[in-house]
Amino acid sequence: MTSTSTETSVRRETEVAVPVERAFAVFTEKFDGIKPREHNLLAVPIAETVFETRVGGSVYDRGEDGSVCRWARVLEFEPPHRFVISWDIDPHWQIETDPDRCSEVEVRFIATGPDRTRVELEHRHLDRHGPGWERGRDGVASEGGWPLYLQRFTELASGA
Amino acid sequence: MATYVDDAWTALGDPSRRQILRRLAERPCSVTEIAEELPISRPAVSQHLRVLKEARLVLVRPQGTRRIYEVDLQGLATLREELDQFWGKALENFKRLVEEETEQP
Repeated sequence: MTSTSTETSVRRETEVAVPVERAFAVFTEKFDGIKPREHNLLAVPIAETVFETRVGGSVYDRGEDGSVCRWARVLEFEPPHRFVISWDIDPHWQIETDPDRCSEVEVRFIATGPDRTRVELEHRHLDRHGPGWERGRDGVASEGGWPLYLQRFTELASGA
Repeated sequence: MATYVDDAWTALGDPSRRQILRRLAERPCSVTEIAEELPISRPAVSQHLRVLKEARLVLVRPQGTRRIYEVDLQGLATLREELDQFWGKALENFKRLVEEETEQP
């Protein structure tokens, strides 16, 4: 697995020993097992993450108490080659409701052999989240914002 | 990098500095503007800003003859690192899942 990143995007890729159709199907239909569970915007533990496999669908977490957090919209869905979802989460891991302030994630599946697929992921337009955030927003200015930010910063810096 | 974190914690341990940061989070401004609005003397504001700047919590940029201070959250870089870790884990999970499932008859 490799990663390269430009200023406003994150790129990652991996290669798996399965046909492209299988890779695409597993990625989207079993997304529940792929998304890191610790990233949870709900107040309760996540029971399930659902990827609605159609344009106009959502990607959402369903909490153990039935609450739902829709954090991505399916923008393009072209099995078994690619899909694009929006990323409606701001840098404080809160839901962003303004689509102009959302970034997007494209995942491409490229057959490199009959039983091999390269998966390229690009999370781009991160700068769309930027304006306002660097200038400071209510969340940043509040007492709660700073300790939370610094905790993450510390974790990152210590390589946790 | 650990140095910056320690400095940031130390920097934020002071109530006046937290006040200054909150003020800057609302809008970038100069030393004079901060001193006018907060019950802190101008030299003290300058002193606090220096600490915040060393802790990488504020940035300064010249605007004509004035120096304007603003919050430095290293916004994009931090976000990118978080997302890089997030997607790194996601792809690891994917690889494990897809190859485990395919081994089954």
